[in-house]
Amino acid sequence: MSGAVDLRSGAVEFDVRLGRRKLKGEIFLWVCFAATAVAVVLLAILLVDIMRQGLGRLSVDFLSNFPSRFPERAGIKSALFGTIWVVAFTGLFSFPLGVGTAIYLEEYAPKNWLTNVIQTNIANLAGVPSIVYGVLGLAVFVRAMSLGRSVVAGAATLALLILPIVIISSQEAIKAVPPSIREAGLGVGATKWQTLQGLVLPIAFPGILTGMILALSRAIGETAPLIMIGALTFIAFTPNTPLDEFTVLPIQIFNWAARPQAGFHELAAAGIIVLLVALLSMNALAIILRNRMRKQV
Amino acid sequence: MSNPDGVEVQKGLALRVESRGSGSALMSEHADYGPGGDPRNIMTHEGPVLETRDLSIYYGSAKTIHNISMTIPRERITALIGPSGSGKSTLIRAFNRMNDVIPIAWCEGSVLFNGEDVYAPVVDAVEVRRRIGMVFQKPNPFPKSIFDNVAFGLRINRYTGDLAGRVEQALRVAALWDEVKDRLKDNAFGLSGGQQQRLCIARALAVEPDVILMDEPASALDPIATGRIEELMQELKRHYTIVIVTHNMQQAARVADFTAFMNLGRLIEYADTQKIFTGPDDERTEAYITGRFG
Repeated sequence: MSGAVDLRSGAVEFDVRLGRRKLKGEIFLWVCFAATAVAVVLLAILLVDIMRQGLGRLSVDFLSNFPSRFPERAGIKSALFGTIWVVAFTGLFSFPLGVGTAIYLEEYAPKNWLTNVIQTNIANLAGVPSIVYGVLGLAVFVRAMSLGRSVVAGAATLALLILPIVIISSQEAIKAVPPSIREAGLGVGATKWQTLQGLVLPIAFPGILTGMILALSRAIGETAPLIMIGALTFIAFTPNTPLDEFTVLPIQIFNWAARPQAGFHELAAAGIIVLLVALLSMNALAIILRNRMRKQV
Repeated sequence: MSNPDGVEVQKGLALRVESRGSGSALMSEHADYGPGGDPRNIMTHEGPVLETRDLSIYYGSAKTIHNISMTIPRERITALIGPSGSGKSTLIRAFNRMNDVIPIAWCEGSVLFNGEDVYAPVVDAVEVRRRIGMVFQKPNPFPKSIFDNVAFGLRINRYTGDLAGRVEQALRVAALWDEVKDRLKDNAFGLSGGQQQRLCIARALAVEPDVILMDEPASALDPIATGRIEELMQELKRHYTIVIVTHNMQQAARVADFTAFMNLGRLIEYADTQKIFTGPDDERTEAYITGRFG
């Protein structure tokens, strides 16, 4: 030990002020608490207001009736079925594309500038306003591919919209698989594909699925791109094939909320409750699936 | 990358040569020997199971292993010791081409396995890794059942014999069978650290390697579990060649027949364990084993 400085000479004085240092921590705690409280209170007010207006309208009839000029006879059957159709096809389109892209980027793509550019652009695409996807969907799916204002055109548009989210969350799930598992697989003579398919993907799957469901729960609330591609606002039938025209819950809600009569405003509130229930159950499903599969592996 | 001593080796076939003679508890009657038929009838290898010739390993432009030439004798335990960053792990991972998964790592010189260069273009790293198994520093069982952990390697290598029987054999050889035979379907994560590491050894043994590389296999284990791994190594060396990287010099002295001391990517001294620990030739070796540096 070379240094001969005596650290214990008592020559240095400390300005401790412990109380003041702790007070700063306390203040910070309360600022954070206030921020949380504002968010929670606003959400509660919103929910209470919606419930007060809409609960009275919620009934079996509301779910099983088509829209009508008379508020007391109007229901959301066509919008509910339209949403189910569109979300199902959105999932069908975005799952293979998104997960495939994620696997390629994580496992196979060379680490070079091109991959970096693609990666950065995927992240940027997640921030593109949804109306832009609507314009794209209108030009490509509705017109160029002549799909019309159909369920597939809407689903394809929404699939593009959520693709960046699906890709990024799948990549995160794949990245979270520890390298030691891959090494163990390669160590017993597994090929890259066998390691991926037998070890990495099964472990990543709960995470991929969770990301997928959360992405779909974003799609379920999208309005603008579907209006852009020409989804109907008032239909009295449910889609029978993927090429049929459709409407979805948020469009129906928007339509009702824009009318002057108070009766329709109550219908809009009731529609919002249905939409919220659908959203919350999808998120709950994501959590349940994730927990159950984590236990199994 | 040629064979300097001119020995004729049939590329692609030599890696499949069964070289241990008879006696392995895990020797299979059902092994797939490919078009050449059972090579045990054709040739038996003598000499070292592994040999490096002027092996240098680079990460990008940084040379981390400097021109190492060494032989690993058959059915013995060889320990690699040396301070952190001396290149022990990099070297041991070169034996089964595990460095291939690091994109920037590359090597010069050759690694001969039963006389054949594992880095030759005709050799597939996947087959090398089956014949040269690996046990890692931290126990890394798959998130699967105990049975499936051992069966995984058999299934992916298309083992056609009695799967359950072979899983049992591998677990018996790894001295784990009695502890797990009643809960083969349980998740491997429920085992203790030492049990997990023996499971990883069983997993490696099941696919019939000649060599087992162990990269600090006991560094995450308590002394009792470590003792069991060391006992197991003594059992295994009757039929397998073991190369072990260890930070623990007492461990090297206890288990290894031969010990190599490495420092800064160079092989400083390689001899009988006895000699390394009692009368090393190089003063750096002596300084390290007496705890004066490292």
